[in-house]
Amino acid sequence: MHNVLDIKGLRIEATSYPPGEAPRNVVLVNNVSVAVQQGRVLGLIGESGAGKSTIGLSAMAYGRGGVRLTGGHILLNGREIREASAGDLRILRGREVTYVAQSAAAAFNPAKRLMEQVIEASLLHGVMGRAEAEARAVDLFDKLGLPDPANFGNRYPHQVSGGQLQRAMTAMALCPKPDLVIFDEPTTALDVTTQIDVLVAIKAAIRDTGVAALYITHDLAVVAQVADDILVLRGGKKVEYGPTDQIINHPQEDYTRALVSVRSIDHVEKTEAPAVLSVSGITARYRGTNFDVLKNVSVDLPAGQTLAIVGESGSGKSTLARVITGLLPAAKGDLTFAGRKLSPDLASRSKDDLREVQMIYQMADTAMNPRQTVGTIIGRPLEFYFGLKGEAKRQRIQELLDDIEMGAGFIDRFPAELSGGQKQRVCIARALAAKPKLIICDEVTSALDPLVADGILKLLLNLQARESVAYLFITHDLATVKAIADKIAVMYRGQVVRYGSKTDVLTPPFDDYTDLLLSSVPEMQIGWLEKVLAGRKMESAGN
Amino acid sequence: MHPVVKLVTQRLALGLILLIAVSALIFFGVAALPGDAAQAMLGQSATPESLANLREKMGLNEPILWRYGHWLLGFATGDLGVSLSNGQDIAKSVGQRLGNTIFLAFWAAVIAVPLAITLGLIAARYNGRWPDKLISGVTLATISLPEFVAGYIVMYVLAVKFHLFPSMSMVFPGMGIFERLNAIILPVIVLVMVVLAHMMRMTRAAILNVMESAYIETAELKGLSPINVIWKHAFPNAIAPVVNVVMLNLAYLVVGVVVVEVVFVYPGMGQFLVDHVTKRDMPVVQACGMIFAAVYIGLNILADVVSILANPRLRHPK
Repeated sequence: MHNVLDIKGLRIEATSYPPGEAPRNVVLVNNVSVAVQQGRVLGLIGESGAGKSTIGLSAMAYGRGGVRLTGGHILLNGREIREASAGDLRILRGREVTYVAQSAAAAFNPAKRLMEQVIEASLLHGVMGRAEAEARAVDLFDKLGLPDPANFGNRYPHQVSGGQLQRAMTAMALCPKPDLVIFDEPTTALDVTTQIDVLVAIKAAIRDTGVAALYITHDLAVVAQVADDILVLRGGKKVEYGPTDQIINHPQEDYTRALVSVRSIDHVEKTEAPAVLSVSGITARYRGTNFDVLKNVSVDLPAGQTLAIVGESGSGKSTLARVITGLLPAAKGDLTFAGRKLSPDLASRSKDDLREVQMIYQMADTAMNPRQTVGTIIGRPLEFYFGLKGEAKRQRIQELLDDIEMGAGFIDRFPAELSGGQKQRVCIARALAAKPKLIICDEVTSALDPLVADGILKLLLNLQARESVAYLFITHDLATVKAIADKIAVMYRGQVVRYGSKTDVLTPPFDDYTDLLLSSVPEMQIGWLEKVLAGRKMESAGN
Repeated sequence: MHPVVKLVTQRLALGLILLIAVSALIFFGVAALPGDAAQAMLGQSATPESLANLREKMGLNEPILWRYGHWLLGFATGDLGVSLSNGQDIAKSVGQRLGNTIFLAFWAAVIAVPLAITLGLIAARYNGRWPDKLISGVTLATISLPEFVAGYIVMYVLAVKFHLFPSMSMVFPGMGIFERLNAIILPVIVLVMVVLAHMMRMTRAAILNVMESAYIETAELKGLSPINVIWKHAFPNAIAPVVNVVMLNLAYLVVGVVVVEVVFVYPGMGQFLVDHVTKRDMPVVQACGMIFAAVYIGLNILADVVSILANPRLRHPK
């Protein structure tokens, strides 16, 4: 078996342009060496900024933005490509190496039919004729478990689901019979239940075609299912490199151990308490549609506790948040908050109603005005709700920054100067500033790396213990739920299918959907994928 | 009903309503001016008796709404009334002028639109490098030059100095197509210079906007050449904004070319309109106003329809 890809002492640099400072050179990847043999899968794992995508793309000698491959060797099929000319690279890209992007929904051209895009590289490089390429594409669609393979390619990207697009992208990568495929977080954007199907499809396709693969992800449990070897990266440097079994079961480095044991927060549910929020019989639909997104939803959230709303995308979780905040007035049903009835419509709520229900969003990035400083962002609710000004305001901002474990130095910083975790902390401080009784957390840890997400969850739990604020915690991630929830409501297609205390909901016997959801969460265990598939009772909604 | 059919029908209906609104504005605006058609016709020789007679004859004593309806109905059936200044059928004289204007606009568009889009694609391909700067600089210069200055410069160089083309763009019925084309070359050059920059810059901006998308990276990683990436993957997604600007410029070529027509003594709509405004020939002015409005609204609807058709989400619903 020869090495399809052989990277030796790779060094990658870029120029960064920090606001208000002179441009400076940053080293993204330093002295990394890996090799992938034919028919083998190498997993690249690490947090964002670890350089895993950058290394992955370097296998095609491609640098995003101003990224430069400044040192070392990249041997593809024994040929040095690090300094190859643009023309030479065009010949091997899409022919010898292909790429599967994280978000297939964005990576497909919306204006072209899927078939046209899937066979494009094969035709461009003269690998095969149109008829043969189309036949191969249909064959791959079939292998990857796509519905109606013969006609699947006639559709446009917007006409198929996210899980299907991700598989179509895999077909696109495999169509020109490459020697190496780079999978860059191919299942990260998918629901857990859909993720399994795509994982299985990718794994089988890799096995059947005998292609070599680089599999990039931040989820160690996922990579444990598909990779033969794993390279753990941190800050652009190698932490640990070895066979999957060794990395998962006998990690040598502390950092790897932290990754393996992440999400070990032990949260004991609180005892029943009077409800701060009662949602009863809510039915809601969006304007101009005649489909109920929520059907007769009833849940209670005890004061100072956490109710987790779990479900796949499209299950109505975020719509429920919109109903509670008054952004989408419900068609039927009542909201009782702190003993009084909440008007369904945002415009007719009192200032106190508004103050006591706050929100934190998934994308902290877009939830803050990029042109305001942290101090202005957190100070706004203080001014608006409490009329604080000058020194009093500054002092309170300081207290809030201490609450979120960020120091005084942050008050004059702009969001662009913060890390992902820090941004989310500022959003938490902004919500806390209003002294709310309820904070709605909409997928607040989904966009964060596991260790950072862990920190946010711990912070939320500490704040809850101190301020006795209640959380309505919307998420699709069951590990997060286990870490933070006191009560759980499982939603499926607009309805609550299972509801109760955390222990009750997570204790068998399960209904079919909860079973599917629970069993779909990847476990840090080699061979888990095959085991879980054998025991499945229903298909996921994403198919 | 298919969403495309529905949207297109909506646009057409909206355009019709808009046109009727504009017609009301034109008709009542002109009616609100001091004096009326009878007075304008008789001029100094008006006596109260002759005025009354003429008003009776021309139907000016009827209620204004009735006259508006009559005028609008006439318009719909192709009867634009009679010119006050020379008593000719307006439809006939306007028709000939409109034909000339559209002839000029057509050839200017045939050259300018593909040229602008090609230059836009090239500028986007070499974004920030010298071809981009050269194209942007030159087109910016041509659009910044007032049309009459550009007209006289082109005339001086190409007609007076080198005697390549005629300086006056006289066309008349019965002229051969090649003679006609030869006659309009100079105004076409000036018009192309005027409309090029806007369309080129929009194409460039729209392409660069699309180039940020993830699917452009996908195409690059398939090994497509930069110009193929732009042409096959970026351009189909940039059509809607480009078409809107193209249509605005086409409308300008029909509606806004008065200055160029005057410079080259070209017998088009613009000059015709100006002539009749100075003669206070209101029926002709109204007719020209309506035709301009119809062209403007029509081209904008066309832009909307093309944008709708270019959107695969609307063309192929789930």
